[in-house]
Amino acid sequence: MPESATETPGAGITAQAPAPAAKATRGAISIRNVTKIYDPEGVNVMAVDDCSLEIAAGEVCMIVGPSGCGKTTLLNAIAGFHSITFGEIYLDGQLLCGPEKPLADQGADRVVVFQNGALFPWKTLLQNVAYGPIVQETMGKAEALEKAADMLAEAGLADMAKKFPGEVSSGMARRAEIVRALINDPKVLLLDEPYRAMDALTKSIMHEALLEMYDRTKVTMFFITHDLEEAIFLGDRVVVLTTRPAKTKKIVDVKIPRPRDYRLLGSEEFRLLVSEAKGAVHEEAIKAFEAGERELA
Amino acid sequence: MSERVADTSGMDTVQPPPTGLRLAWYRARRSVKTPTPYLMVFGVALWLVTYSLLTEILKVPRFEKIPGPIEVITEWLSPDPAWGMSLFTEAYLINIYVSCRRILIAFGIATGIGVPLGLFMGWSKRFRDYSFPILETLRPIPILAWVPLAIIMFSGFETPILFLATLASLFVTTLNTLLGVDSIDESYFRAAGCLGSKPRHVFWHVVLPGAMPFIFTGLQISVGVAWFSLVAAEMISGDYGLGYMIMDSYMINTYVSMVMAMITLGFVGWATSAMVRAVGNRMMQWRIRALALEGR
Amino acid sequence: MAEHPTVHAAVAPGPGRAVPLRRTRLQKLLENTTLWRGIVAIVGFILFWEVCSQWKGWFGYQIPWIGKVAPPSDVMAVWMDILPQPGYWESWYLSTFRVFLGFAIAQVIGIPFGLALAVNKYFRDVFFPPFEVLRPIPPLAWVPAAIIFWPTTELSITFVTFLGAFFTIVINVLGGARSIDGRYLRAAQSMGASQWDLFRRIILPGTLPSIFTGAAVGMGITWEVVLAAEMISGGGQQAGGGLGFFIWSSFMGGSIEQVIVGMISIGIAGYLSSSAIRYLGSVCMPWRRLF
Ligand SMILES: Nc1ncnc2c1ncn2[C@@H]1O[C@H](COP(=O)(O)OP(=O)(O)O)[C@@H](O)[C@H]1O
Ligand SMILES: [Mg+2]
Repeated sequence: MPESATETPGAGITAQAPAPAAKATRGAISIRNVTKIYDPEGVNVMAVDDCSLEIAAGEVCMIVGPSGCGKTTLLNAIAGFHSITFGEIYLDGQLLCGPEKPLADQGADRVVVFQNGALFPWKTLLQNVAYGPIVQETMGKAEALEKAADMLAEAGLADMAKKFPGEVSSGMARRAEIVRALINDPKVLLLDEPYRAMDALTKSIMHEALLEMYDRTKVTMFFITHDLEEAIFLGDRVVVLTTRPAKTKKIVDVKIPRPRDYRLLGSEEFRLLVSEAKGAVHEEAIKAFEAGERELA
Repeated sequence: MSERVADTSGMDTVQPPPTGLRLAWYRARRSVKTPTPYLMVFGVALWLVTYSLLTEILKVPRFEKIPGPIEVITEWLSPDPAWGMSLFTEAYLINIYVSCRRILIAFGIATGIGVPLGLFMGWSKRFRDYSFPILETLRPIPILAWVPLAIIMFSGFETPILFLATLASLFVTTLNTLLGVDSIDESYFRAAGCLGSKPRHVFWHVVLPGAMPFIFTGLQISVGVAWFSLVAAEMISGDYGLGYMIMDSYMINTYVSMVMAMITLGFVGWATSAMVRAVGNRMMQWRIRALALEGR
Repeated sequence: MAEHPTVHAAVAPGPGRAVPLRRTRLQKLLENTTLWRGIVAIVGFILFWEVCSQWKGWFGYQIPWIGKVAPPSDVMAVWMDILPQPGYWESWYLSTFRVFLGFAIAQVIGIPFGLALAVNKYFRDVFFPPFEVLRPIPPLAWVPAAIIFWPTTELSITFVTFLGAFFTIVINVLGGARSIDGRYLRAAQSMGASQWDLFRRIILPGTLPSIFTGAAVGMGITWEVVLAAEMISGGGQQAGGGLGFFIWSSFMGGSIEQVIVGMISIGIAGYLSSSAIRYLGSVCMPWRRLF
């Protein structure tokens, strides 16, 4: 793996996290020297190589990188969907996975919002949202449904509560999916390119709603995207990953105060940050393109 | 393909799309404005007339031996049938009853075993590893090849016939259910996992509903296969039933009853599979509604 | 299913990051638990059958149902006796011939018919309803009518075999051709393709997967039908031969072992023919190596 990026000091940055948001006291993720090799005895794909990253409690950490570089792999390791080969991941100082325990337990403290959406199509939005508390038995069924209805209404989905995901627009579905995650009061929200397939207008609505939600909850977010404007607009930090195997190439601090709104998109500060990040991403994108690998997920 | 697009544009976007009876009525009103229903009637009529011409009116060689539609319908509706079987004779009704009862039992047993078996196979890798090879070894053997063995193993008329029909639909139901579990998108399992589900929740909230579309497709095929095997079994060794009626009428040269039994079989076969479909649609509202919005 | 690949490398000692070696194909085969479990299951199944069948001889008590079936060891012995006999192979030949004849006719008529239904709306409106009326009648219900109509038993078996595969093939071709993405058609039209080009370059290849699905299902049905037709008609005076007749006459002759030999043979024959179709499918559709 040629080390071309000048900005990369040593084997992965352990950059200083910005000062945590006032309220947030939980949801700090510490990724230390994580390596993931898929199917070591067979195809042997190294997806993540010695990647380290500190995410502070309540931070919105945006992960950017070319397709197939290993972003989802990293997210899956945190969520406990697959094991890691080397390294450790901690959540609030507690070991999620490490050498002795390569596969993290799945739990509702780290809820995932999936790339293609994973609301259960056979449940109404209301049932979907109430699902987590019901199965964890943190609430009674009636209570969970009530809370779910309240939260859906708060997200502007009151009329849609009784509909099935197949009946509502993708934007609505995605919003409901975030509500389904938040009802569990997670420490971390893991979002895997949630707005990938959306048009720009819907996206901007989604962004404002997400920001509004964040200002309310201050939940830590591990947010994967390949849209740089989105990354700068939403994030506290933007982590640019190298092409596969992924490691941190550059970290852009976004020191724009919150609350933010769409007027920010026109500002000079914003444009400078975007172009700063773009330089790093572009270099990696070219490398990834030339490698010409087919991305699987 | 083009008419599907036309359908979608017809859906009113402001009002909620009509459902149930209103939807049917709306579709019916729209469709009488197209040539389709008239052509369909014409198609059936054309077929009946050709059939009648060949067998009854022109009496073309070879075709003349087959009873024509007029003859069969008159016989079917006659209170005093010339060949002994009609809508008003007990023998005919008993045959229908016996066959339907057998299907009900066989299909019920096969579904009761096949769906849980398939779900369990899809859910537990270990169980699947052990059971799937046995299933796949037995499956290529045509059901009809089991006839002698069934007769040897279970004496009498009833049990072997039931066994054959059950076995046939069991294979279909189990495999389709398994396929259904396999078809469930991985992300639903992951979503369930990260929302804090225990294995039993995954089973009831993801595996079962997720496999449902395939299960019902499988059940529809399975009813068809059950009829297929039932008819064969009844023809080979039967005492009652529509298959027996066909074979018996053939043996004693009452061909009109034979054709009557064939048509009856077609109708009850179609009716049972329509019932399965209706139950499936009821249980999968989420799917029906989503598909309806896509104009299908 | 949520299958997490366990990583053996995680046991690598200390801080060293030794990437594990790739394994040889043999090692992988030996470690393939699915394979081993499958073998265990089949062997267990045969042993279970053997013990159940022998129970009466050993302990004097007959286990219900399975106890009446001949044990696999006897079946194997009988099979070995039969293997060199030309009559056995002739049954194979006759059945296979009938299956492929009926199947081929069904393909030749069914594919164009299904495509015609798919591409022409008026054709579909007129011919699909009668087709749907006839389709639910189980193919075997046609056997006596076919015997009455066709002059020879052979022809009537072929006819019923044809019917069995025909309905499945047509339904599959129709469904496949109708589900072709309209974008391909529009793209081709915008490049100035003629109707014939559209048909040949898009509809036909687009329907190939369904044609093969239909063929695989249809092949299964033809074996069922041929067997039943042989059992029903061959039991009569004009013995037609074939594996179905082999099973039926063994049954009449009281040899359960031979019945089971016949069942296994026809299972093998059916399996081989559907494998052949799958193979053909992967050759004809290189872009879709599903199998
Ligand atoms: N199960 C797997 N087996 C082997 N390789 C995989 C697997 N999953 C993903 N990969 C490979 O790992 C790399 C990273 O994948 P992923 O994390 O999904 O990328 P992305 O950054 O686009 O989310 C890709 O090159 C992909 O092909
Ligand atoms: Mg990804």
